[in-house]
Amino acid sequence: MSIISSKNFKLLANPLNLENPVTVQILGICSALAVTTKLKPAIVMGLSVIVVTAFSNLAISAMRQYIPPRIRIIVQLVVVASMVILVDQLLRAFVYDVSKQLSVYVGLIITNCIIMGRLEAFAMGNKPWPSFMDGIGNGIGYSIILIVVAFIRELFGSGAILGFQVVPQSFYDAGYINNGMMIMPTMALVLVGVIIWIQRSFNKELIEKE
Amino acid sequence: MKNFSNTYIFIFSIVMVVIVALMLSLAAMQLKPFQDKNIEIEKKQNILASIRIKSTVKDAVDLYGKYITDSYVLNNKGERQEGVEAFTVELKNELGKPALERLLPVYVGTLDNQSKAYVMPLRGKGLWGPIWGYISLQPDMNTVYGSVFDHQGETPGLGAEISTEWFQKPFIGKTIFKDSTEFVSIKVLKGGAKKDDPHAVDAISGGTITSKSLEAMLDSCLVQYKPYFIQNRHK
Repeated sequence: MSIISSKNFKLLANPLNLENPVTVQILGICSALAVTTKLKPAIVMGLSVIVVTAFSNLAISAMRQYIPPRIRIIVQLVVVASMVILVDQLLRAFVYDVSKQLSVYVGLIITNCIIMGRLEAFAMGNKPWPSFMDGIGNGIGYSIILIVVAFIRELFGSGAILGFQVVPQSFYDAGYINNGMMIMPTMALVLVGVIIWIQRSFNKELIEKE
Repeated sequence: MKNFSNTYIFIFSIVMVVIVALMLSLAAMQLKPFQDKNIEIEKKQNILASIRIKSTVKDAVDLYGKYITDSYVLNNKGERQEGVEAFTVELKNELGKPALERLLPVYVGTLDNQSKAYVMPLRGKGLWGPIWGYISLQPDMNTVYGSVFDHQGETPGLGAEISTEWFQKPFIGKTIFKDSTEFVSIKVLKGGAKKDDPHAVDAISGGTITSKSLEAMLDSCLVQYKPYFIQNRHK
């Protein structure tokens, strides 16, 4: 089996669109609203979730034969929680300003439904490598939505991209003002809604039958 | 599905917990120095910002060494306490103690024109979580030289505005004593402060609770220094 066979590639690519955790499975909305006022925390949050989903999928899948079914949820929680604590500690040590902005939401990755969902639905029944791919795919699917939402919110809410001012001063002099609504979590929900709408208008199979 | 005996389940859990605990404590110990360094740099940057000196993560330590020339700890009568390093005093812990036992840190900044500024740390409760900051006074121990505020999770765009320049700047030049004897602190007024009011600044529209909390924080933290302020006025 090659490293990335067509089956494994599907595991990686499906969560980006047709099985996107945020817009199709509607998981992880809470953090998607909270950390998307600026692009940088959204990117770091996305990376953290990719790392946690990928490696907890890998770990659970590697020991799936040995996990007693009766305590499997506890085992999954322990694995996810320790991954998250590791990520949190690393962020605090090396990207302190971002970890301050993410504040409690890094800790809340533990309760992010995407991760437990993938462990239970995929990693418990599949080999480590496909599980790892599935984890990365779902992590990226989540990150893409976060990054798109954060891009729009930072551009219109603060007139900047990654902290660099992109709306020129002359615009402000001419009466342009940043949209304060964009900074509120409400707008993130509206944006996620718009993304779901756009996605469904391109993928008719996602629309529910009456 | 395989059937696992109870003994297996117990052993599995114990082994798992021990491995995870070892891994996490090892990681925490290895990363602790980096994390402490970050917290120290942030504190130094804040203290520098309160005497209106901009610093970056890279030059904060050097600038702190250059501008903060002295620091000491007071008790609530304004007497210096020996044997305590001001920088290591955690205001969060001090506020948990009875008022008489609290240690009150003061940082003395020497500015480029050789005049001094006295920095007092502040801490209080905001709407959603703690708010904190530093305020510096001119040698008359009355006029505000600069201030910096920060928060953990105030509402973005509303209460969170306390950490922005437009909110902090009006504090400069305000005075905390009325007729040089009565301690009045600085009020944060909803609807805007009068232009010539020397003891008040504008509150944040939509951030009333955070504004009021900040006012309370200024009052409760600074009033503890009152004896020190009165004894140490420099002309």
